Order: sequence, then C-alpha cells, then structure tokens
Amino acid sequence: MSETPTSQPEQQRIAIYPRSVKGFYRKIKTAIVILAYSVYFLLPWLRWERENGPSQAVIFDITARRFDIFNFTLFAQDIFWLALFFAFAALLLFFVTGIAGRVFCGYFCFQTLWTDVFMHIEHWVQGERPARIKLAKSKWNAQKIFKIGLTHFLWLVVAFSTGLAFTLYWGNAPDLIVEIFTFQAPLAAGITILFLTLTTYVMAGIAREQVCTYMCPYARFQSAMFDSDTIVVAYDSIRGEGNRGRHKPSKELIKHDKRQQAGYGDCVDCGYCVQVCPTGIDIRNGLQYQCITCALCIDACNTIMKSVGYPEGLIRYSSENEMQGGNKRILKPKTIIYGLSLIVVAVIFFWGLGARSVVDVSVRQVRQPLFVVLSNGDIQNRYAIKVNNKTDRQMWLTVSLRGLDGAILDLGRFDKIHISPASSATFYANVKIPQKKIRKENSRFEFVLKDLNEKSKTWTHEDNFFTPKKLVNQTVLKK
Amino acid sequence: MAPTDSNKSDSNKSQTKKPAVQTTGHAWDGDIQEFNNPLPNWWVWAFYLTIVFAIVYWIFFPAWPIGRDYTKGVMNDIEYTTADGKQVKTHWNTRALFEKNMREAEIEQQKYLDQLASASIEEIANDEVKSNFAYSMAKVLYADNCAACHQPGGAGVVGAYPNLADDAWLWGGSFEKIKTSIAAGRNGIMPAFSAKLTATQIDDVAEYVLSLSKHKTDVGKTARGKEIFNGTSGGCYFCHTKAGSGMESMGAANLTDSVWTLADVPAGDNLQAKKEAVKAIIQKGVNRKMPAWDERLTETQIKILAFYVHQLGGGK
Repeated sequence: MSETPTSQPEQQRIAIYPRSVKGFYRKIKTAIVILAYSVYFLLPWLRWERENGPSQAVIFDITARRFDIFNFTLFAQDIFWLALFFAFAALLLFFVTGIAGRVFCGYFCFQTLWTDVFMHIEHWVQGERPARIKLAKSKWNAQKIFKIGLTHFLWLVVAFSTGLAFTLYWGNAPDLIVEIFTFQAPLAAGITILFLTLTTYVMAGIAREQVCTYMCPYARFQSAMFDSDTIVVAYDSIRGEGNRGRHKPSKELIKHDKRQQAGYGDCVDCGYCVQVCPTGIDIRNGLQYQCITCALCIDACNTIMKSVGYPEGLIRYSSENEMQGGNKRILKPKTIIYGLSLIVVAVIFFWGLGARSVVDVSVRQVRQPLFVVLSNGDIQNRYAIKVNNKTDRQMWLTVSLRGLDGAILDLGRFDKIHISPASSATFYANVKIPQKKIRKENSRFEFVLKDLNEKSKTWTHEDNFFTPKKLVNQTVLKK
Repeated sequence: MAPTDSNKSDSNKSQTKKPAVQTTGHAWDGDIQEFNNPLPNWWVWAFYLTIVFAIVYWIFFPAWPIGRDYTKGVMNDIEYTTADGKQVKTHWNTRALFEKNMREAEIEQQKYLDQLASASIEEIANDEVKSNFAYSMAKVLYADNCAACHQPGGAGVVGAYPNLADDAWLWGGSFEKIKTSIAAGRNGIMPAFSAKLTATQIDDVAEYVLSLSKHKTDVGKTARGKEIFNGTSGGCYFCHTKAGSGMESMGAANLTDSVWTLADVPAGDNLQAKKEAVKAIIQKGVNRKMPAWDERLTETQIKILAFYVHQLGGGK
C-alpha cells in the first residue's frame, strides 16, 4: 500500500447563542409565529356545522375514511388531490425562491418557527447571549441545574403540546383530548404524540440549524432556483468596506464624513449581525448555503447604523446584480416559466377541486350469465349500478334508458335509487327487450341517472346489450 | 510511473510525521502496524439499540425454548370469547390474535345478521341497506353452496340444473316458495315413457309439445299427440295440465313458454333436432334432486339466499 488513508477530523458543533434583536423583520417574524401557532393549536377546536358528518372544522378521520376541511369533504379515492396539492406547493416554493430566495426557510418553515419559539424560551429563562454563554461555561451548581432544567422542561412542554395538537386533527378534539389524558386513546395517538414530542424537542431544541444545514435537502438544491437577480439578504461590501476596510467607531472615525474621508467603510465591525444569526454565519462573507434569509442581521445592522447616525441598509434585501451596480430584475424567463406552471397547476387544482364530482356513478354489466331468455321469449341483461354519494345529503336518483328500442327497465323493488349521505350502494337493473324488437347481437345504449334534488344533474353511462346470435337470426328471418 | 512516484513521496512524507490513521497500538517486526478503522458511531449505537430491543422483546413476547416449554412473555395476554361462549385467555401469539380478530369481525357482522334475522324477506328486499348487505353476504353463500350446480350467476346447466336467472320457476318463484325449495330440497320426477308409449306415439307427443310453444308443427301429428297428452294413454296433463302450463306443486315445467331447462330446444337448428331433444326426455323421464339445506345452513342464511336467488332474474 503506497497510499496512506487519511481520516477526516470530525467537526464538533459550535454552539450558537443568538442575541435578541428588535426591528422591522423581527416584528414580521413574531407576527407570523403568533399567527401560525394560533392556527395550528386552535384549529382543531373550531366547530363546524355539518348536516351529516363531524362537527369539527378540520378533521382527518382515518377510520371513517374521510377528511373534512371546512366545506370540503375528501374521501380515500380523492387522495390524488394531495399529489396535485404537493405539485402546487412545490411550484409555489420554486416561484418564490426564484424571485426572493429562501422566503419559506426564513419566515414560514416549521423548523424556523419552532426553533424561534425555543430560543425565546431559552432567552426568557437564561437571559441574553452573554449570560447564556457564561451559564454554559460555568460549573454545574443549583442555579445552573435549575435554569437548564427549566429550559428543557419548557421545551418539552411546547414539544408535547405540538404533538398533542397534531393528534387532535385526527379525531374529534374534545373527545380525543379526554381519551388521551385518561389513557383511553388509541395506541396510534400515543405513539404520534410521543414521536412528535421527541422530534420537536430534538429538532427545535438541540439540532436547530443543523437541521437546515445537514438534514434539509432544500438548502442544498435551492441554488438551482437562484440566479444573480434573486433577492437575498446581502451585505453591501462596497459601502461597508470602503477602501481601507472596516474599522471600530473610534472617536475620530465616528462621524460619517470623517470616516469616508479616512477611506474606511461604514461597517463598524460590531459583530451584532453575527451574534443574532440563528445559523451562526457572518453575512459579510457573502451568500452562504447556511443562510435561511431570516433577515435578523438586517434588523441588527440597522439598529447599529441608526445609533451611529449612518444611513440604514448596509445589510439589506438585494440581488447580486444590484449590489454590483446593476438593476433589480424580477421579470426574467425563470420567473415567467415558474409563474406560468404555477398558474396552470393552481387552476387545475382549485378548479378541479371545486368542480370535482361529489357523486360517482358506475354501471357494469353482470356478465354471468351474459343474457337470459325469459319465459315469454324476451331477452334480459342485468346491470349493477353502483352509486357513491360523497355529499352530506340524502340522494334520490331516477334511472332511465336511452337508445335501446323497446327496452323495459326493471329496478326490482325500487322505482328510484336512494343513497344515504357519505355512503355507497349497489342496485341491480334488469333490462328486457321484447323478442320482436331484437335486431342485432350487440346494441349500445345509455343509462341515464337523474338527481331528483337537482334536476339539472344527470349522469350517463354507455353499455352493451347482448342477445343470443340464434335469436337474432330467427327474428330477422321471420321478417 | 510518475503518479506512483509522487504517491510514494507523499506517503513517505506522511510516515515521518504523525500517522493520519488510527492504529491499534501494536507493532510487529518493528514497523508492521494494525490499522484501526472503527465503525461509525451511528452504526454502533444502532447495533446497541437492536440488543436493547431484543432484551425488551424477550420480556414481553414468547421467546426462549425451555425443554418442552418456552418463556411466554409478560403483560401480553390475549382475551376473547369464542362463538360457543368459552373464555380464552392466552399469552401473545399470532394464532390467538387471528382467532380474536376473526371473532371480533363475526361480532361486528352479527349486528347486521341480527337485523336480517328479525326482518322478513320482503323487508330485506325493500330496504336498500339491508338488501345491499344481504346481497354481498348471500353472494358468498351462493358461491360456496349453490354455484357448483347452478353456476355462478345462476345460469344453471341446460339438461341438468335449472336456470335461476330467468323468470320461469318450476317450484314457484315467490320468496316463500324459493325458501322452501332451499330448506327442504326438491325431487323432480317425470316417469320414462319408452316402455309405455310406442316410438310413433312419442314422436307425436313431442310434436304436440313443440306446438305448445308456438313452433310450426305438422297438424296431423300434433292432433294425435294432443290426444295422447290429454288422454289416459299418455296422461301427461296430470302434471303438465291440459293447457301444458305446468304445475308448481309437482315441479312440472310450463311447456308453453320459451324457457327449456331439460330439453335443449333452442339449440336445435331445425324442427327435427328440436323434436329429438324433447323425445329424449319423454323416453327417459326425469329424476332430479335438489338436496335440503336446512341442516347445513342457518335460517337467516337460507332467508338471504332466497332473497338472492329471487332477485337474480326477477322472481315472482
């Protein structure tokens, strides 16, 4: 062996203690967290009037095989809407990313939202960044045990609530919550809560930015959607560095005009932008894959710029082209292509969902036996009519035939078809043709089903009527 | 080769420094070392986890053989009540789990069966929920018990087993009559006439029988046949009636309609062939037997089978 294997040293994670910051983007983010949490935690408790069905606004009832989302009821066979919804969501993500970068990551991703809440808890219990660093470095004592313990306890409370809230979507919330706390709930509920509690605690409490940098595939492939016109959080290095680089705001360099005369850039190298970063990067090094564009460094830098009296926006939302003196360009081929595909999928999805049939009607011939000769010589074929009523109302359908000369329809005991809400039923129809009317071996005809509640609603189904060859010959010969 | 040389020089360089790879610390013959390439931590921990899982499994599930016995595991009882009311309590095993699940399904099914048991066939047929359940239940029963002779779908076999999908009923097509046919069975008997009637007489009778279902037959032969049919020499009218419309109480076929269950008249290409089919039956007679099902099937099962058979072709 001439080669010596070299081992790669493992990089230990460097703990990140983000400093809190106030500002415009922080306010937006806080508002989004509050909105998202309100919807997520309260939605299972929202009641909804339904004639026949659960009284919960959003409920995914697997045992009843129906998902109720406000006025939409989806059944197992509607599952392909989910695929279309995913296509819509993915295209929306691509479209937004092409224009404005990782907006989803920075503002809406569950990982970002939950990590944000966990960091708030950490901040509330352990204090600001220096206090937290000090606490982490200090020896274990009663105070440290209390503070670290309380933090983890509160994290677990949030994590458990997250798992609990998620579980409540899959059953009737008021009943299910009682069942859960009295240990009467199905095992699946317990496992779900346990799993989500653990994952939330680990991902938002412990793994944090590592989820974005190592686990999430999106961070790695988002570069495919980026171009030099994509709006990202960027440091204005021309303004920040000047000719002689950054400099602390010493007495003689604090005034903006003096500083510019001296040739120093506007960056006072305070490091605030680095301290607030939840992924622990320095935005001044340029665009990096770790950056989730949370925009907190913009808030941080603006705070400092305001305090030293320099213009804001040293770190700002900008594109690579714009930073190099070019123009902002939003309408580019990428935006147009993503936009058009998004519109197409959105139209298919929303129009399709709105216009989807809430009643499935299928007619198939009973082919065993294919036909029967009746005592008076008539030929009878038999058909199974299956109706799946996905609505919340009682349905009455009339059945008639079209295009079969002299045919008699016999629904047996029923003169019309009745289907209860959210259920399906099969009815058997005997179709008879008098001997005299027999013309050919195989006749095409249509079943016409009419909704009695809504007269305009009809379903037609084409089928075959079979006659024994011998009888066709006989009747044709007689004529 | 140049690349090898450069490699060698690289490795020589690294040997003078601290070795980049972990070794076990042993050295043989001065410079032979054993590299240590530990498994990745995630692998090792996953392995330990499987050991922990195995131990937990041994505690809670049947695991270790001990002589003729085995460890049963704790807290894993399966309890259920069998159909005959016996309480079963056993440690976890897939067989008991299967029995339990089957029993639970039976209990669930029983709810519907109870509804059917208390309802009349008429009520079952008029209710779309009951009839849907009865239909799917009876379809299985039919396939298990009836389809061997009457064929799936009830088409029967001409010459052997009656067609249940048409509207001609030898023994009556009402719910109650069909139910009786299934429960008590039927004996379909027609005597053989080959010894009683001459070949010409049988030919005449066959001619008359075909004329009943509006076949164009020879007038003279038909008239002679009618005399035998309705007279003492043949005595056919005793069961088939003078009009030839059959008699349900005897299971005698209606000879005036288009349905043929024994003589395959429709298959005959000309009158002669049709007549041969009829003659064969007159000569040999009929001896058909439908077994009684009341000992094999329950009252409710027979009831829903009667409903099923009734609606196959449209009963009366």
